[in-house]
Amino acid sequence: MAAGFKTAEPLEYHRSFLKENCRPDGRELGEFRLTTLNIGSINTADGSALVKIGNTTVICGIKAELAAPSTDAPDKGYIVPNVDLPPLCSSRFRPGPPGEQAQAASQFIADVIDGSKIIKKEELCIEKSKLCWVLYCDIICLDYDGNLLDACVITLLAALKNIQLPTVTINKETDLADVDIQHKRHLHINKQPVASTFAVFDDTVIIVDPTAEEESLASSLITAVTDEDDQICAFHKPGGTPLSAEKLQDCITRAVMRHREIDRLIDKVIESTKPSK
Amino acid sequence: MKMEQSVCEPVCTVLREYACEQNILSKPDGSASFKQGDTSVLAGVYGPAEVKVNKEIYDRATLEVVIQPKVGMQSVRERAREQCVRETCEAALLSTLHPRSSLTLVLQVVHDDGSLLSCCLNAACMALMDAGLPMSRLFCGVTCAIDAESQIITDPTAQQEKECRALMTFAIDAKDRNVMMSSTRGSFSVEEE
Repeated sequence: MAAGFKTAEPLEYHRSFLKENCRPDGRELGEFRLTTLNIGSINTADGSALVKIGNTTVICGIKAELAAPSTDAPDKGYIVPNVDLPPLCSSRFRPGPPGEQAQAASQFIADVIDGSKIIKKEELCIEKSKLCWVLYCDIICLDYDGNLLDACVITLLAALKNIQLPTVTINKETDLADVDIQHKRHLHINKQPVASTFAVFDDTVIIVDPTAEEESLASSLITAVTDEDDQICAFHKPGGTPLSAEKLQDCITRAVMRHREIDRLIDKVIESTKPSK
Repeated sequence: MKMEQSVCEPVCTVLREYACEQNILSKPDGSASFKQGDTSVLAGVYGPAEVKVNKEIYDRATLEVVIQPKVGMQSVRERAREQCVRETCEAALLSTLHPRSSLTLVLQVVHDDGSLLSCCLNAACMALMDAGLPMSRLFCGVTCAIDAESQIITDPTAQQEKECRALMTFAIDAKDRNVMMSSTRGSFSVEEE
């Protein structure tokens, strides 16, 4: 009977739960779903990570290639993120060129990388004006159940912590690059940005970590990205109903708390992969 | 039009000289041109018109936003901006008054000298008004930049945008002055926001 009500009047169905300060899957309004992380699963990639927030599954693979740096930034390498939402993850995505949601997500991730200065692009430079690393970060969603941006940021951060770049020297005589696969080094991660997504219902109730159904019924979505110094790297609210400054402040406070939880999770997983190396 | 600042002392609260003209194009149902300093955006609105069956929504109008850059093809950056503009306009429009219809908003960048997204939002709002579409609220766009000395600059030029450490664009609702849309780049502390 509840299933019938849910299909006929999904908004009323969710409202009846929100009145009791809880949600259909039993969570509190401020509770995130169980987050699990797996690092280094793709052997053919230089760095990889898989994250699951509830049912939402996102995997990131990073491949490093050599290229010449651009003329207006001769001492910087490149990081190129690309978010892909294949038809596999949800029936709402059709095959073909990337849709608006995928492109907006790719742009958001690129802005987070630039804005939070997660790694110094100067570190990717091997020789000024001659050779640099390009990191192609492919983020693919395998199962879409809401809260895509949070998962993308976590998986990107974990993959960047996992990546190992071989040392490259330029042979003075031939002027060609000499790649030494035996000696690899990790990247130095400056900041650890973590995203938290909120959905607003009826202009008043704010819930954390929306599922796909909650996202489609919400009047507005907010994503706040914070780093470990409690600085805001991105505050993304792509339109929707107006919100007062206090509500925005509450979101930021919750995002800061979430940051600590995810930090502990990533550190734990990285520690656990160390002895096996 | 001066903005109220709450915490940091801004260097410049004054916006660049802005100008707006409505009903400049003959074919679109509504059109507007919005200039902020040298940044200029032209907007055209078509609607309510017939909608493709695969895009129709049974109880509301379908809004489509297209942003054409001055040079070249649309890229990922334009798509992200389109999403911001579209969701802001959808929240402002009374789209339930035109079910199974399409509203098309086309924004053409004439010149970009900084604060482009806020200029697009302002042009969009003026064009929607010119088209006579029913709206529940009006909104305006404003861009702020935080430079290296932690000073807040409102309505930055392209040069100021390049040198700043954080750039934020907000769409603010006219009645209650609440934030409808926020898009930020760069890191900043909570107080600065």
